Amino acid sequence: MRISRRILAGLATASLAVTATSCGGGGTSGSFDDTVTVGILHSLSGTMAISESTLVDTEKMAIEEINAAGGVKVGGKSYKIEYIVEDGASDWPTFAEKSKKLIDQDGVPVVFGGWTSASRKAMLPVYESKDAFLYYPIQYEAQECSNNIFYTGATPNQQSEPATDFMYKRSPAAGGDFFLVGSDYVFPRTSNTITKAQVKQLGGKVVGEDYLPLGNTEVAPIISKIKKALPDGGIIINTLNGDQNVAFFKQIQDAGITPSSGYYVMNYSIAEEEISTIGPEFLEGHYGAWNYMMSIDTPASKKFAASFKKRWGADRVVADPQESAYNMVYLWKQAVEDAGTFDDNAVREALVGQKFDAPQGPVEVMPNHHLSQTVRIGEINAEGGFTILEETGVVLPQAWNQKHPSSKGFACDWTDPSKGEKYKL
Amino acid sequence: MELLLDSLFNGVAIGSVLLVAALGLAIVFGLMGVINLAHGELMMLGAYTTYVTQLIFKLPILKPFYNSYIIVSIFLAFIVSGVVGILLEKTIIRKLYGSPLETLLATWGVSLILQQFVRSVPLAYGTGLVISLLIGLFLPTTFPSKIKESINFKYFKFSSWIFAALTGVLTGSVISSSVSKLSRASARNVDVTAPSWMRGQVEIIGTAFPKTRLMIIVITLISVIAITLFLNQSAWGMRIRAVTQNRQMSDCLGISTEKVDIITFGIGSGLAGVAGVAVSLLGSVGPNVGGNYIVGCFMVVVLGGVGNLLGTVLASFGIGIMTDLIGAGRLLSIWPDMPLPLSNAINFFATTSMARVMIFALIVIFLQFKPTGLFPQKGRMVEN
Repeated sequence: MRISRRILAGLATASLAVTATSCGGGGTSGSFDDTVTVGILHSLSGTMAISESTLVDTEKMAIEEINAAGGVKVGGKSYKIEYIVEDGASDWPTFAEKSKKLIDQDGVPVVFGGWTSASRKAMLPVYESKDAFLYYPIQYEAQECSNNIFYTGATPNQQSEPATDFMYKRSPAAGGDFFLVGSDYVFPRTSNTITKAQVKQLGGKVVGEDYLPLGNTEVAPIISKIKKALPDGGIIINTLNGDQNVAFFKQIQDAGITPSSGYYVMNYSIAEEEISTIGPEFLEGHYGAWNYMMSIDTPASKKFAASFKKRWGADRVVADPQESAYNMVYLWKQAVEDAGTFDDNAVREALVGQKFDAPQGPVEVMPNHHLSQTVRIGEINAEGGFTILEETGVVLPQAWNQKHPSSKGFACDWTDPSKGEKYKL
Repeated sequence: MELLLDSLFNGVAIGSVLLVAALGLAIVFGLMGVINLAHGELMMLGAYTTYVTQLIFKLPILKPFYNSYIIVSIFLAFIVSGVVGILLEKTIIRKLYGSPLETLLATWGVSLILQQFVRSVPLAYGTGLVISLLIGLFLPTTFPSKIKESINFKYFKFSSWIFAALTGVLTGSVISSSVSKLSRASARNVDVTAPSWMRGQVEIIGTAFPKTRLMIIVITLISVIAITLFLNQSAWGMRIRAVTQNRQMSDCLGISTEKVDIITFGIGSGLAGVAGVAVSLLGSVGPNVGGNYIVGCFMVVVLGGVGNLLGTVLASFGIGIMTDLIGAGRLLSIWPDMPLPLSNAINFFATTSMARVMIFALIVIFLQFKPTGLFPQKGRMVEN
C-alpha cells in the first residue's frame, strides 16, 4: 500500500481534473513525521446531499480530533491524517467511479463512504476486485457480508427486531395489529420481510403493507388502506425515505391517524436531523429506534454533541448515522496503530476485536465486520428529540438475519478462513 | 354509502392535485403546443413562494394576519411563476416556436437552472430578483403612450430596469436582515405548515375529510372556473383562442400574436405557481418537488386530448379515481366474495407502486385506440 506524500502541490494538480475535491487539514504539520491521506466519499450534491453532508462534517471532525491528539502512530512515527473528499452526487455509478479514483489515483489506504444501500452495492465490486477497504456507516438491511467492507451501522437485529418487540409487547398499542409502510427499494422490503416473520413468531398479525415509489408523495391510498385495516388504531412500522416522511406525517395527522386516537408509528429512518425537518408537532408521541440518540445522558454522548456543535454551529444536531461515522474513523485509527502498518490485510486482521468507547457506549468489532451495539427505543418529544424509554444490553450483529427465510441458520466470520462470507451455523 | 363517499372523495382529492398541476400545462402545451419541461420548476417556485410568504407573515407587523397567509400566497405564487414564465417566453421560448425538440431541451436546461438557483441563492435575494423582474418587465408598459412612442423610450426602459434592480437589491436585503431563515442558501427541503384553521378534519354526512385536501379541491375548482371564464368570456381569451386556431389569420386581422403568446404563457406559468401552493400543503418543499409531478401532468394533458380543458379535467379525475380504486384495493370491499384468482390479482396491484404500473398500462392501452385522447381537437388546426 502506497502512502501519499503529496500534500498541497499534488492535490492542486489532481483537483484540476476532479470536481468537488477539497483538501483537508490545513495548517502545517510541524509536529508530525509524515502524513497519510484517506478518502471520504459521500454525496455532496443531489437528493442525498442533505443527509450525507452531515457525515462528511462528522468524519472531518473526527480526523481533526485525532490530529489534535497527535495523529496516527505507526511504527514509532506519527502520521497526520489528510483527507480527500469526493462527491458521489447521489448517483450510484459515480460512487463506483470515484472509489476507483480514490484507490488507484490517490492511493488512499481506506475510504469512508456511502449512505444508501444502492451506493454500497455499486461500490462493493470495486473494493472486492481491488482488495481495498470501505468503511460504511449506515444502519441497513444486512444480508451482506463482504471481506472488503466494514459496516458500523446497525443490522436489523440491532434496530428493527428490538423495536418490533417493544411495539408488540410494551407500547401503548401492545398486542395490536401491524401495518407496514415503506419506500419502494431494498431496505424497506427486506426490513419488512424480517418484521413479518417476527410478528408471526410473536403471535401478532400484519394486516397490510404498502410501498411508495421513491419521489411519489401521494399517500391518500395508503391512508385509506390503513384506516380500513386498522379501524381502531394499531401499530404502524414506517420505513419511508427522507421527504416522503413529511408528506406521510402531515397527511396522516390530517386524517386523524394520531397517537391520541390509538395509532403509534415506529420509525427506522427518522433521527434528530429528520425530526427537525418534518417538524416535531407532526411526530410527537411516535417512536424511533437507534443505537445512538442525542439525548443519551452520558459524558461521552454530551461531549460528542458539544464538540460537533462547537465545530459546525450551535443549531446543528448529531444523530445515529453521524455517530457511526465518528466511530469508524476512530476504529480505523486504532486498528492501524495495532497493526503497525497501513497495509489493508494487516489492518483488516487487527480491526476485529477492536473496542471503542463510543458516544452510545462501548462497541466492539465482531468477526463478521459489523459492530456490537446498544439498541435504544425512544419516544419523540415536542422539543424534537427522543425521550429514551428502553435500552438493551450490547446486541451482537447478525450479518445474515435469523428471521429472514433466505438467511436463517447462516452466519459470517472473516477470522476463520474455512467460514468466510456465509457459512451454515 | 360511506365507503362509496370516501372512495369518491379520495379519487377527487388525488385527481384535483393532478388537475391543478396539469392545468397550466394544458394551456402552455395544449393551446400553444410548447413542451415546457420547466413546468414542474414553475410549480416549485410557487411552493417556495408559499414558504417565503409564510415566514414573512410571521414578522411582528404581519403576525395578526398570519392565518390568511395561504390565501395571499396563492396570488403571490401566481405572480412569481407568471413573471418567471414571461421572462422565459421572452428570452428563450419565443425563438423556438415550431421546433419542439429544441424547446424540450432548452426548457429542460431551464428546469436544471431553476433547481440549482433555489439551492444556491438565498431565498431573500431570490425574492428580490423576482421583484426586480416584475418591475423591469411591467413598469415600461405603464408609461403614457406619448413616452412609449418617443424616440428616447429605450432610455426610459433602461432607467426603469435600473430602478428595478435597486428595488430588488433593497427588498432582498430588507428580507434577508429581518428573516434569518431566508438569508442563507440551503439545499435542505423546507416545510410549509398550514395555518391552524386548515388542519384536522371536517365531518360531512358522517365521513371525516381532511381540511387540506378540501382546500386543494377548492383551489383547483376556482382555478378551473376562472380560467374557463377567462378563455371563453374575456376579450383576451377570445384572442388567445383565435391565435391558437389560426395564427396567420389572427395576425392579419390585427391581433398582436406576440402579446397573446406572452399572456398565454404567463397565465399557464402562473397556474403552475398556484399548483405549487397546493402541493406545498401535502409534502415538503424542495428543489425537486416539481419534477415529481411533470410526468403526471403530461400524462393528464395527453389523455384528456391536447388543447381541451374539459378533457384535462375528466382525465385527472379519472386517473385519481382509478388510483384510489386500484391502489387501495377498493374493488374487494365493494364485491367481497369475488372468485379467488381475481381477488388475488386485485390484491397484487393494491400497492401504490403497482397501482401506478397498472394505470400507466391502462393509459397506454387506451391511447392505442384513441391516440388523440378523450377529446381530440377538431378542425383546421389538426390539418396543419
